[in-house]
Amino acid sequence: MNLDWDEFIVTGEPFIHAGQISILLTSLGIIFVLTYFKKWKWLWNEWITSVDHRKIGIMYIIASMLMLIRAGVDALMMRTQLAVPEMPFLGEAQHYNEIFTTHGTIMIIFVATPFLIGLMNVATPLQIGARDVAFPFLNNLSFWTFFWGAMLFNISFVIGGAPDAGWSAYMPLASNDLSPGPGQNFYLLGLQITGIGTLATGINFVVTILKMRAKGMTLMRMPMFTWTTLITSLIIIGAFPILTVALAMQTFDRLWDTAFFTLQDGGMPMMWVNLFWLWGHPEVYIVILPAFGIFSEIITTFARKRLFGYTSMVFAIAAISGLSFLVWVHHFFTMGAGPMVNSFFSISTMAIAVPTGVKIFNWLATLHRGRIRFSVPMVWALGFIPNFTVGGVTGVMLAMAAADYQYHNTYFLVSHFHYVLIAGTIFACFAGTIYWWPKMFGVKLNARLGYWMFWLFMIGFNICFFPQYFLGLDGMPRRIYTYFPEDGWFSLNFISTVGAFMMGIAFVIFVYNIYYSYRYQPREMSGDAWDGRTLEWATSSAVPPHYNFAKIPEVKGQDAFWQMKQEGIDPNDIEEYQDIHMPNNTGTPFVMCVFMFIGGFGLVFHWWPIAIVGAIGIFACMIQRSFSRDDGHIVSAEEVRKEEEGIREGQAHENG
Amino acid sequence: MMIITSGCGMTVLDPEGTVGEQQRDLIILSITFMLIIVLVVLILLTYFLVKYRERDGHRGYDPNIDGSVKLEVIWTAIPIAIVTVLSIPTVYTIFNIEEVPEASTENEEPLVVHATSSNWMWIFSYPEEDIETINYLNIPVDRPVLFKLTSADSMASFWVPQLGGQRYNMAGMETELYLQAGTEGTYYGRNANYTGEGFAEMRFDVNAIEESAFNEWVADVQEDAPELTQGIYDQFMVPGHVGEYTFSGTHLEWVDHAMDAEYAMEAWEREGYEPTNPHASDAPDGVPQLNIDVEAGSVETEDTQNEETPQEHDSHHHH
Repeated sequence: MNLDWDEFIVTGEPFIHAGQISILLTSLGIIFVLTYFKKWKWLWNEWITSVDHRKIGIMYIIASMLMLIRAGVDALMMRTQLAVPEMPFLGEAQHYNEIFTTHGTIMIIFVATPFLIGLMNVATPLQIGARDVAFPFLNNLSFWTFFWGAMLFNISFVIGGAPDAGWSAYMPLASNDLSPGPGQNFYLLGLQITGIGTLATGINFVVTILKMRAKGMTLMRMPMFTWTTLITSLIIIGAFPILTVALAMQTFDRLWDTAFFTLQDGGMPMMWVNLFWLWGHPEVYIVILPAFGIFSEIITTFARKRLFGYTSMVFAIAAISGLSFLVWVHHFFTMGAGPMVNSFFSISTMAIAVPTGVKIFNWLATLHRGRIRFSVPMVWALGFIPNFTVGGVTGVMLAMAAADYQYHNTYFLVSHFHYVLIAGTIFACFAGTIYWWPKMFGVKLNARLGYWMFWLFMIGFNICFFPQYFLGLDGMPRRIYTYFPEDGWFSLNFISTVGAFMMGIAFVIFVYNIYYSYRYQPREMSGDAWDGRTLEWATSSAVPPHYNFAKIPEVKGQDAFWQMKQEGIDPNDIEEYQDIHMPNNTGTPFVMCVFMFIGGFGLVFHWWPIAIVGAIGIFACMIQRSFSRDDGHIVSAEEVRKEEEGIREGQAHENG
Repeated sequence: MMIITSGCGMTVLDPEGTVGEQQRDLIILSITFMLIIVLVVLILLTYFLVKYRERDGHRGYDPNIDGSVKLEVIWTAIPIAIVTVLSIPTVYTIFNIEEVPEASTENEEPLVVHATSSNWMWIFSYPEEDIETINYLNIPVDRPVLFKLTSADSMASFWVPQLGGQRYNMAGMETELYLQAGTEGTYYGRNANYTGEGFAEMRFDVNAIEESAFNEWVADVQEDAPELTQGIYDQFMVPGHVGEYTFSGTHLEWVDHAMDAEYAMEAWEREGYEPTNPHASDAPDGVPQLNIDVEAGSVETEDTQNEETPQEHDSHHHH
């Protein structure tokens, strides 16, 4: 790539200059703080090299929240640009195009997916009574691929230029001819690196759940969140290889002039669209099924009832996962595939409404005859039900192909998918984080601030997205950077922007709540912060020790911990401690992923020597790993006893 | 309140032609069903939350209910019924709008128009009439129009919301779309699928006029408008905005983009256009306004409009 040095750093936009300065200052700040407090070694030993599923989960959640802030700021800039007709805020279309492309990509790939994977990491091994995941080394590797993939994607806006072909990167728009420069390469390589880790996570959790459940935990006794993790992992294994191949093909088109999807030499641009959505539609369920799991846990806990229709819930998830691979064409009904094909995909898409409807009514029935506590996680779960229903029914409307010719590519669609992705996935990320917060950090988040955040966010969300249905019906297409007074879209757009800022303020309250709670909230010592039903609440401490369970509990039915409490069994009443075998920390995955980043960076700019250095580094790490012998370590019975007694003393101290 | 009052003015729900009307009816039908579902969910949720919230004097707590086959069969069957009820008219309409729309006039033979998208303009060819327009369309009212859609470069979507739903324009392929205007007027049409920098302004007017006026216009254009040559046409392949143009002759004589996806790239070479990294120091500032050199010829009738850019041209129609 012929690139001058003055083009390497993106210039000319005040917002980008502000971004560059803030990135520089933040980096310097982090380096200073870590050095001043002598925390480098701690960071390396306790976090970067950690194979502890809970710490990896926490790192996933923190990184996703940082990405959420970035993509959220993108969203606010977009909404500001659209607040009034012919707004000069962002200058030219190019800037807006880059912002909506990165907003969409980051929200799906670097927020929704990893946030849920973070929660899976925190909760799933605990829920099945396991000491860790099946492949702890791989788990650490998965996190770092996500992290370095995200970094590679994110630097694009200050170095080289951000991608601008939309998050779906349709060819031939995303080809060198129509999207010249390095921007689209950042997208391809950032996603590719991250995708490796997501696929690995899928394999990891399938094996973990199938092989590592505590004694007595049959499949049909698993908590609902574990079920959704399992099914999601299976979808990941089915879907992500398609993305890997598609990204590789487009990368080849851009870097080595192949013609898979190009205009020239018989390329087939539509094949990209098919491959993208063959992954992209299942991806929608990858980010919604775990959310369903989280809401199921929270609703049963705070209605203090068993889940209504557990078996049909399991079958509903399985049905949804199967159907998710059969509906991808509904993303391009307007491609003129012919009435027969469109009818098939129309009906298969509408069919998803059936298992989804079953789930909604099962959650409602779970509330029936309950004793409902409106805790902060619970209000999120309750807010999810009507809002997600609105998203779901508009999904059925979109599924009706003949009508979709009118909604397609409009704000009606934009509103629909924000109603399902925010009211489903994002509500679940907040709810799950607040719910499992005491398990992660030994403290509850402040409830008062929690309710403030909830109401502001939920009202803001509806003010933001409900008007967009009407904008769509009035003919406003998505992805336009401006419109004209005579279009008549001003008032609804303005309202929408107000709602977006309310959501932004709500998120600021959330971040403040984390700080506030760390400083002032009373410590949560019991480990069973919410009167829970599943095994994660049965470990000896609020923050589980790194081996999770001193003695693996035995499961006798659904809601295992609830049952123990009913029968007066204390799972931590242990007579004889035993040696526990645990995996060792490892620095290899981190180093390997840094090399992936370096290699990817080289490829983005066609700087082959750098790409080769990256490739050699990756292979060197693989070889090192292949020849290193690591059998983990034994935590002796004596150490376990000491730790458990220490925890018990702490609890007594707190109670006394 | 404003949402409700503006409701009747919403373009898609206020169609002017049989295709759009069928789609509107389907939309209204689905909205009705969907409102009922949302309402049922809201009522049940509110009722349970009020009745079973934790409070003094709470009654009816029963933690061990784990399901009810009867209830679950009911709420599986009802969605199946609703999906079925919605599927039938959907499939019917999907098939129906692939057919020639019924016309109320004597001329039921559809007018054929090739609509080709090019970054960032619209090229309309009338092969029977042997004329071509850029960025505007004249069609006879009450007569079905068969659009043959293709693209010179990136994938666009041809959409005239008041006449009916959209369809993709793809290079190297041809898709078809029937539309029909029931009333005279100017309708706003646009590209609905994102195609990069000039996408937001990639719009055009559709003027539905009396059949006789249409025929008159065709005759005038055939006689007076400058002839489209490949040299002129190649200039339209370069990415940028242009105003409205009218030509006699069509580009179909030397290229059909549905058969030749590479044409635009070859035209770029002939025109000496090279795409540049938008962040490069020599990158153009925004989307260029192209000044197409239409040699000589009497274009007086259209000349005044040529000066205008599409974004300044705001005659699109709103009820």
